Amino acid sequence: MSDDSGAITSSEYIQHHLTNLTWSVDGGWNVHDAGFWTFHVDSLLFSIGLGVLFLWLFRSIAKKATTDVPGKLQCLIEIVIEFVDQNVKDTFHGKNAMIAPLALTIFVWVFLMNLMDLIPVDLLPSAAQAVGIPYLKVVPTTDLNVTLGMSLSVFALIIFYSIKIKGIGGFVKELTMQPFNHPAFIPVNLILELVTLLAKPVSLGLRLFGNLYAGELIFILIAMLGMWQLPLHFIWAVFHILIIVLQAFIFMMLSIVYLSMAHEDH
Amino acid sequence: MDINATLLGQAIAFAVFVWFCMKYVWPPLLSAIEVRQKKISDGLTQAERAGKDLELAQAKATEKLKEAKAQAAVIVDQANKRRAQIIEKAKDEGQIERKKIITQGEAEVEAEINRAREKLRRQVSSLAIAGAEKIIKRTVDKEANSDIIDKLVAEL
Repeated sequence: MSDDSGAITSSEYIQHHLTNLTWSVDGGWNVHDAGFWTFHVDSLLFSIGLGVLFLWLFRSIAKKATTDVPGKLQCLIEIVIEFVDQNVKDTFHGKNAMIAPLALTIFVWVFLMNLMDLIPVDLLPSAAQAVGIPYLKVVPTTDLNVTLGMSLSVFALIIFYSIKIKGIGGFVKELTMQPFNHPAFIPVNLILELVTLLAKPVSLGLRLFGNLYAGELIFILIAMLGMWQLPLHFIWAVFHILIIVLQAFIFMMLSIVYLSMAHEDH
Repeated sequence: MDINATLLGQAIAFAVFVWFCMKYVWPPLLSAIEVRQKKISDGLTQAERAGKDLELAQAKATEKLKEAKAQAAVIVDQANKRRAQIIEKAKDEGQIERKKIITQGEAEVEAEINRAREKLRRQVSSLAIAGAEKIIKRTVDKEANSDIIDKLVAEL
């Protein structure tokens, strides 16, 4: 537990760690229940910052990419590229130049956002407090808005490509004539298929959020254990390295699979 | 955990990042990888071909060497034969020359003998004549008996 806040209780400590730095159009800074037009400034700052870091790094390598013997950093980035490319090629059989870059962006970006989880939980919030910022949530993927923002974008792409490839008629037919191919079952089919369809973005966003949120919460709980936090923190961090990569990979893989399904014409 | 406009901000950022990645990051990196892959595979096939070429060249060289050896043997053989021929010819020529020299020598010796014999005969005849002259001087005249002496001389 942080020493400078010795007076606060455990629940206050946890609560503090789980509160975003907000700015709302109506109320300004850190007003609770300020309605929809509120921005989690910390989440957006870190997520966009990490996204820019990712693109800057990859772009700087892409600019001087050599076809001869590559440097070490280029090798690393090419490993990532080939890994993503292989997964896309294995899973996605349509022709769409956007899927692979999309998958790469998701994978690296989500990985970097998850990676913020490994920074000691008190480090950045304490530093922020020292310069007068009251709240700071460091890991963007523990913010439901961030994960749902990405999963709903993927969902929009699913709808877009479903209609683009199959036409509106084909898409409606897919929703109404499956799994029971009979006009009498149209309402049942519609309910089933809509649930299936809507479950995709919700599960995609909630899975990532849930995993990272729980992980972060456990880091916070461990941080309250006094001396015993050191070995526990280490063990959980090592275990968390796996979760970080795995969740980034799952998010990427499911996005590819969903978009692949949207491209398949029955 | 309330849903708010952060979601929109994240979605917009996501769209922009994906667009940027698609436009400026993915194509150059992937093309670099693919070009290198092609280079490597080309290099490997070339190396394989070079290996085969080398093998072929070695086989050819061995064959050439064998051929050269065979040719050399043939040439040596021919040279030996030629040498034998030359020696044979020289021997024959020498033989002929020797025979010629011998016959010439013999002829010369014969001629010398003949000449000496002629000379001797003449000297003997003149000696005989001189002897006879001396005998006949004492008895008859020279002309009456010269035919007998001539006959004698012819018999020598």
